[in-house]
Amino acid sequence: MSAAGAFLRAAPALTIAAMLGPVLAGMAGVAAPAFGWFPALGGDEFGLAQFRALSRLPNFTQAAWLSFSTGMAATLISLAIVALIMAGWQGTCAFRVIERALSPLLAAPHAAAAFGLAFLIAPSGWVARAFSPWATGWEQAPDLLIVNDPNGLALIAGLVAKEAPFLFLMALAALDQVQAEQSRMVAATLGHGRVSGWIKTVFPRVYPQIRLPVYAVLAFSMSAVDVALILGPTTPAPLSVLVLQWMNDPDVALRFRGAAAAMAQLGLVVAALGLWRVGELLIAVLGRRWVAGGGRGMCEPALRGLGLFVAVASAAAVGAGLLGLGLWSFAGYWSFPDFTPDALSLRTWARSLPTLAAPAAATALIGLAAMAAAMVLTLACLETETRRGRRPSRAVWLLYLPLIAPQIAFLPGLQMLALAAGLNGGTGAVMLGHLVFVLPYVFLSLADPWRALDPRFALGAGALGAGPGRVFLLVRLPLLLPPILAAAAVGFAVSVGQYLPTLLLGGGRVGTLTTEAVALAAGGDRRLIGVYALALTAAAFAPFAIALTAPRALWRNRRGMRT
Amino acid sequence: MFKSLVVALFALAAPLATAAPIPADRAAIVAEARGETVYWHAWGGSPRINAYIAWAGQEMAARYGVTVRHVKLSDTADAVSRVIAEKTAGRDEGGAVDLIWINGENFASMKAAGLLFGPWAEDMPNWALLATETNPALTSDFALPTDGLEAPWGAARLIFYHDAARLPDPPRTIAALLDWAKANPGRFTFPQPPDFLGVTFLKQALHDLTPDPALLQAPPDKAGFDAATAPLWRYLEELTPALWRAGRAYPQSEPRQMQLMADGEIDLAANFGSGPISAAIASFELPETARSYTLNGGTIGNAHFLAIPYNASAKAGAMLLADFLLTPEAQARKLDPVIWGDATVLEMDKLSAADRARFDAINLGPATLTPGALGPALAEPQAAWTPAIEAEWTVRFGGAR
Repeated sequence: MSAAGAFLRAAPALTIAAMLGPVLAGMAGVAAPAFGWFPALGGDEFGLAQFRALSRLPNFTQAAWLSFSTGMAATLISLAIVALIMAGWQGTCAFRVIERALSPLLAAPHAAAAFGLAFLIAPSGWVARAFSPWATGWEQAPDLLIVNDPNGLALIAGLVAKEAPFLFLMALAALDQVQAEQSRMVAATLGHGRVSGWIKTVFPRVYPQIRLPVYAVLAFSMSAVDVALILGPTTPAPLSVLVLQWMNDPDVALRFRGAAAAMAQLGLVVAALGLWRVGELLIAVLGRRWVAGGGRGMCEPALRGLGLFVAVASAAAVGAGLLGLGLWSFAGYWSFPDFTPDALSLRTWARSLPTLAAPAAATALIGLAAMAAAMVLTLACLETETRRGRRPSRAVWLLYLPLIAPQIAFLPGLQMLALAAGLNGGTGAVMLGHLVFVLPYVFLSLADPWRALDPRFALGAGALGAGPGRVFLLVRLPLLLPPILAAAAVGFAVSVGQYLPTLLLGGGRVGTLTTEAVALAAGGDRRLIGVYALALTAAAFAPFAIALTAPRALWRNRRGMRT
Repeated sequence: MFKSLVVALFALAAPLATAAPIPADRAAIVAEARGETVYWHAWGGSPRINAYIAWAGQEMAARYGVTVRHVKLSDTADAVSRVIAEKTAGRDEGGAVDLIWINGENFASMKAAGLLFGPWAEDMPNWALLATETNPALTSDFALPTDGLEAPWGAARLIFYHDAARLPDPPRTIAALLDWAKANPGRFTFPQPPDFLGVTFLKQALHDLTPDPALLQAPPDKAGFDAATAPLWRYLEELTPALWRAGRAYPQSEPRQMQLMADGEIDLAANFGSGPISAAIASFELPETARSYTLNGGTIGNAHFLAIPYNASAKAGAMLLADFLLTPEAQARKLDPVIWGDATVLEMDKLSAADRARFDAINLGPATLTPGALGPALAEPQAAWTPAIEAEWTVRFGGAR
């Protein structure tokens, strides 16, 4: 017991170290070359020369603006969709349908969703094919700039389709804690409509609980690389893509510029977060006036309809995009304007299946290990918190650091560090790297249900003579099995989607489904992209399915435990 | 005294000998390679090429007991980054990369930074079969001498391809291309520089437009660069508005460009080699009516290579693999468009009759050009032109317009 006790006491510190150590060390490894220090490439003087050169580049300002504007727009729209859906439809049938559609949307990897969306909306895409040539008269695809548009509208759409479901999930957890339904009824008796009543009474209490996830969405949207590569503008590309290009340029001197740009990206994210915070304060002031003003009029039906339409449309777009990619994986020759392929063929699958086995096994092994380690640390932290009877620490924002710091700003440094430490390109290094990103998600998914558990269960067990160990094993764990499995599924899905950490820390020797998929995506054959997109989605979705069904099977003879 | 000195020298030399095998000592290399695992970092974007590499791995295991692992890269520079990171961390042996599929700028930067093992390539038995006398691109990578630090693996020529059903008579000069594009706006594009193929198209246009192409074989100074490239920028000012999406977006890679052709978004595109066009027809990626051709007056030709990093863990296995890839058997298999469709670097006159028969037996496919139809090969401009053209293009056309 003393060893376990020591572990429990050390758990919070261990958790923080596992997450922050790599991020901070990696950032130092990128900051040094940004300021000119990189001995292997002949950089041995500190200075601001790289930043000056960067600011003089003709594309830099615009790339930075694109990064900022697309990230801000994607976050605002995602938040608006979530608020409108919750305000307009909570407690209805439509709401429950949306809730069910959530897991597959969350499980679909960003790159797969982006590829699907691109095939859907391109001028030669599925939507155009559905109406050509009989309605549009297009015998050949029109020359319209839809995907890769210079303002990044397609990129924003791709980001919203993936980030809105994430915010929705976070907001669902928060809703339980604020008695949303009662507030809405009170507002309704006072004559407020559904939407305005919710926004006036519930939103101000939900928002503080999802503030950090919103920040994570903002930071991610500003610095996403994979979605931007597929849907984003190219003349110029957003800053994150330029960073990657410079970091990978054959001219190794550009690595200094890449490092400086990565630091600029980090600064941009911090500035955007600051601006968002100012916006929050401003809205709070205006919102209070609006609430105090007591107005009742708002175009309620239009807002409800808009919310539902946008949510359903974006979910349908991801679904149809994945369906389209699935069809491509069976397609023979398939040209514009045919709505379906000339012929169906199993050839792509027959060729790919043998090569899928090894990466699928590696993906499962790494995902399970990272998820298990994250779960042990998370449970230990929460158990310690419960036993000591502490309130949740304000340090929770530290959990968001790995999610908020742009990956490209610290992973190259981390790679160098792992090499120096002798962790050379093995599965172990990749697992540790994944842990950095898996841990926050597992902790955030589990913390709220854990803290919401009625403490009287433990008190009752204690009164019957159970020690803290037995209370943990026989009372808390079984009661919390569904959220624990859900958190495990989230953690596994996060690990499945990691590209840069796997590539950089694995030295290319650790091939997962994601690294294979990105390498093949460079080849651009939609048939193969289809195979891997489906395999990836399945890999990330399977744990969600287990998390939903396993408790039901386990507790089939415990009526009170069924949910 | 003398004896002890010799002993001391041997003591010093012994660890070096185990760390780096001697390229010319074939027997020692075969013996040392047995049991090694060669991590071959190669672009992994094509399932056909991946399957070919997997075949080579099986053969290496059966013949020499060498395990080959294909590390599938989305960008060759990832492997270069890896070696740089290892050098930074002081890992001068036991590196993660054993063999890299490489050429051009990546080779130039690794050579300049001293990150390559060798010279080794010219000591391989199969080096004698290479067409080094007739194809200068095999020993000079973008006008930079290879110096035995890399072995040529395949050769490619810039070609253009079109769907003959949609476009029966494509333009055959750079000047005619402009007229055609203006008459058919939005139907031509090239992968966005710094993409390798996109830059090669720019270099082809530069070669055909510049007053004195001979100047491209030496590094340019600022004034020389401006004078030589002025006609290119004037040309692109006219061409760009007639490109796909009016030049406001570009495909990011050659395969993405091929997808545009298959989707019917463009009618004309450039590529490296005509074999891949036949191969793409065979795998449903292009219509059966796709055909390829080259420009009047010739197009740029280059080669791609295999190199070994200075800190590779399995140098003997890597050299053995490179030599195997230059056997007539491996080269003939690579030429087959059903397998890959990449041109060979071997000289047919140097092969035995039986080996020549392997090549003659291959059905090159409907869109593959015979050597006679390829026309003259133009040399790549000297390596310094490439980054200069990329940078200037990005300033002029890569930003918002």
